[in-house]
Amino acid sequence: MTYLEAIRAGLRQEMQLDPRIVIWGEDVGVRGGVFRVTEGLQQEFGEDRVIDSPLAEGAIVGVAIGAAIGGLRPIPEIQFGDFIFPAMNQIVEEAARMRYRSNNDFHVPLVIRAPIGGGIHGALYHSQSVEAFFAHVPGVKVAVPGTPYDAKGLLAAAIADEDPVLFFEHKAAYRSLRGEVPEERYLIPLGQAEVKREGKDLSIITYSLMVNYALRAAETLQQEGISVEVLDLRTVRPLDQARILETAKKTGKVLIVHEDNRTGGIGAEVSAILAEEALFYLDAPIRRLCGPDVPAMPYSPPLEHAFMITPEKIAQAARELARF
Amino acid sequence: MADSQMTPELMKEIYYYMALSRAVDDRMWILNRQGKAPVVYSSNGHEAAQVGSAFALNRGEDWIAPYYRDLALVLAWGMTPREVMLHVLARADDPNSGGRQMPAHWGSRRLHILSGGSVVATQNAHAAGLALASKMLKDGRVAVAYFGEGSTSQGEFHEALNFAAVWKLPVIFFNENNGYAISVPQRKQMAITDVAARAQGYGIPGVIVDGNDPIKVWEVTRAAAERARRGEGPTLIEAKTYRFVPHSSDDDDRAYRSREEVMEWKKRDPLITFEQRLEAEGILSAEEKARMQQQIKDAVNDATDYAEKAALPDPATLERYVYAE
Repeated sequence: MTYLEAIRAGLRQEMQLDPRIVIWGEDVGVRGGVFRVTEGLQQEFGEDRVIDSPLAEGAIVGVAIGAAIGGLRPIPEIQFGDFIFPAMNQIVEEAARMRYRSNNDFHVPLVIRAPIGGGIHGALYHSQSVEAFFAHVPGVKVAVPGTPYDAKGLLAAAIADEDPVLFFEHKAAYRSLRGEVPEERYLIPLGQAEVKREGKDLSIITYSLMVNYALRAAETLQQEGISVEVLDLRTVRPLDQARILETAKKTGKVLIVHEDNRTGGIGAEVSAILAEEALFYLDAPIRRLCGPDVPAMPYSPPLEHAFMITPEKIAQAARELARF
Repeated sequence: MADSQMTPELMKEIYYYMALSRAVDDRMWILNRQGKAPVVYSSNGHEAAQVGSAFALNRGEDWIAPYYRDLALVLAWGMTPREVMLHVLARADDPNSGGRQMPAHWGSRRLHILSGGSVVATQNAHAAGLALASKMLKDGRVAVAYFGEGSTSQGEFHEALNFAAVWKLPVIFFNENNGYAISVPQRKQMAITDVAARAQGYGIPGVIVDGNDPIKVWEVTRAAAERARRGEGPTLIEAKTYRFVPHSSDDDDRAYRSREEVMEWKKRDPLITFEQRLEAEGILSAEEKARMQQQIKDAVNDATDYAEKAALPDPATLERYVYAE
């Protein structure tokens, strides 16, 4: 099953179990979403539960906050992560602060789904990685699945969670990633990273689509005699500090990979954790391989390619680190 | 259920909450000037709009999403003077926020008062969402968002009304138009004279009401609530009123409006004019009024004493309730 099909199967399964779950967003109903993630759901669950909404992200999220407090389990979709900023106010000032500001009287069980990432000719406004903005915000959780199996399990956990969760799906993964996905329901707890490949020479810490790219790079390096461990963070808030430290202490060399811009990205936080807690276990400086610090991903193929992280770029960075 | 007919008893009850609010309000300012309350936000002048509308709804059962001007509203909705004073003095037992939020950031799950932040107009979307939940869960509730006229400049105001109108949600958007957003007068805020005119753009009724007449406010709110419960969708109500005091205890309104203007509006002080009406119509006797005033004085004194003695939050709780525990 593809990554996209896993998410759709997860949505369908949860909606069958819980009549309080309602989806809305731009084009999610009749059209089934611009990527077809919600295809067939309106036919199955009706127009009351899968709703084509007006084109206004602030209200898509704001209405969901009210509905969640009123007893529903809304799963609004933001069509592209790039379009989430009009809803920033509702997410950061309202959803994230609701429990804290009311001293635990109110809470917002809400899952906001949005596709992120580039490599699909999406240009500046259909390619952004927006997870770091939200990872900075206490009160929300941020899931960034990297495999079909994780996508379904993290989605179920996000929906079961009593706090707002941003669920970021990599759009280049939708149809390119395939994997075994059980039909039965399972939950992957938010905040648990997973070692996707064991290794001993160095660790790549990454998430989302880059997990797959890192695994491909590790395969290449295996043939060169370099043993690479790949840790998939799976959620960037909360971060699984224990597993980050564990892999760093095991291999002594860490390469952090993400498609999001370098400065202030998740890599910076992971690096800080390592510097504070694992410095004397490291045999080399921490390395980051990230999207460059340009405003967003350009459209023209050579420029887009130059922005994107590839398995080859990861392999090269890991090779250099292994030699250190 | 809200009463379906206006009766002398109901009028007296409305008067009581208006007078209670004014007294609590006055005490808050004293506490501020004594250095006990760092900041206060007042509903002084808005009492008729707030209490009149509250009594048209199922208080404590329907949802309200208030803003910082709504002291009289939350008192009429069921919050006690003690609870208000715990909030004003930022005590640990403040039911609104446990002392975490500035005063006048109301919220109580028990009373169906939605917790609010300080960014204006966000609550309009929340009220629409609460109304969507009521519609789907068929619990018969109406949600009401309260807000100032300045906040209708926000994009989120527009977004929320549009959503609610398209989805025909059981929600009321209740504007307390006092003519000023802190210092900025309405003519610098919008190029129209009536906020209610905005309703036309959403295909919903826009109703203008004298916000200093609680009975007229009660009538239009009742009609809007009935319409919402019938499934006919939202209504925008504009209650025209005036704030007699500065925006907050840190503001000085002499900088932006004349004393003459304030005095002109004070002739129509809703508390005084309503009191005069009840007396003229023989609804409120001198003895009843005196008894009520004593009751209010006692309640305000009790609330102040209670809150002043109450414990402040423990710093060890700083990091609690970021997520479910």
